[in-house]
Amino acid sequence: MTVDEQLDARFRAAAIREGLVDVRYDVIDSPVGELAIAATDGGLCRISYQVDGFDDELVRVFGARVLRAPLDDVRRELDEYFDGTRRTFDLQLDLRVARFHEDVLTALDRVPYGATTTYGALAREAGHPTAARAVGTVMNRNPIPIVLPCHRVVGANGSLTGYAGGLDRKRLLLRLEGATLAL
Amino acid sequence: MMAAVAQRQGIPPFERFYQAHREEVLAYLRRLLGQRAEDAWQETFLRALRAYDRLEHGRHLRAWVFTIATRVAMDELRVKPRAPLEAEPAVELRRDAFREIEHLTDDLPPTERAAVVLRYAYDLPYDDIAAALGSSEEAARAAASSGVRRLRRSQ
Repeated sequence: MTVDEQLDARFRAAAIREGLVDVRYDVIDSPVGELAIAATDGGLCRISYQVDGFDDELVRVFGARVLRAPLDDVRRELDEYFDGTRRTFDLQLDLRVARFHEDVLTALDRVPYGATTTYGALAREAGHPTAARAVGTVMNRNPIPIVLPCHRVVGANGSLTGYAGGLDRKRLLLRLEGATLAL
Repeated sequence: MMAAVAQRQGIPPFERFYQAHREEVLAYLRRLLGQRAEDAWQETFLRALRAYDRLEHGRHLRAWVFTIATRVAMDELRVKPRAPLEAEPAVELRRDAFREIEHLTDDLPPTERAAVVLRYAYDLPYDDIAAALGSSEEAARAAASSGVRRLRRSQ
């Protein structure tokens, strides 16, 4: 008398096929722990290390029609990245951020695999040369970490500085990419 | 715009609503429709999803989804819910008494079956049952009452 897997999967597929869902999400395993991932019809919109409360955050930003469903493309590209076989992501992104954030995240997206940059350099790249501190805030609120590589942004003296997912994760991602770490 | 967002903050993510109610809605539809329950179950949650972004608050979602399920089931049975014609004194049952005759509900006419099951198996108040049946509260009470009387006769 329970909703079996097949019935459940059929409903989820129908809901997505009919375009009734604001945002789909899933939780996947990775070498940096569980990741909550979400996508709209416009593309990947969230990656979060914080799985609890992730769905409430989605409601606030994208709408209440939140449904869990496999995001195969996202999972595959992340798996390839963690396996070391993918250096750039081909995923379409749905960035719903203010203009300044968009400028900074677009500049961030150009920082190559295995390289690092500084908050000041990224501010200049984004066309806001005096906004290094504000760039730090944008990194902290990066809606799509890993894919938008805020882990590649370090302090002017080469220190790791900070990371929304914790410095251990930042270090692990940089080591995975073979980046040279000053500290 | 901000006010609209704030007003809607009590609405849970659809996924949570779905997880909370999918089992009991399927069980309910199986009582009303038997083998045909699965298609009706999917239709119920698709209808809920279609309407979900128009909800203004997150209260009474359980009664709301039972309302949708009841309408889907009545459509499936092509029944127009109506109050029974005879005006008889209302009959109420205790829940443990209901459990003894629960297995007989399959033989009730659809509107009475829905009213009895919603009242005694799912504990919905009559105003919610009325909404589910698209009738007045009085008619919902009469349908449940008539169902109980019929169950007792067939006992």
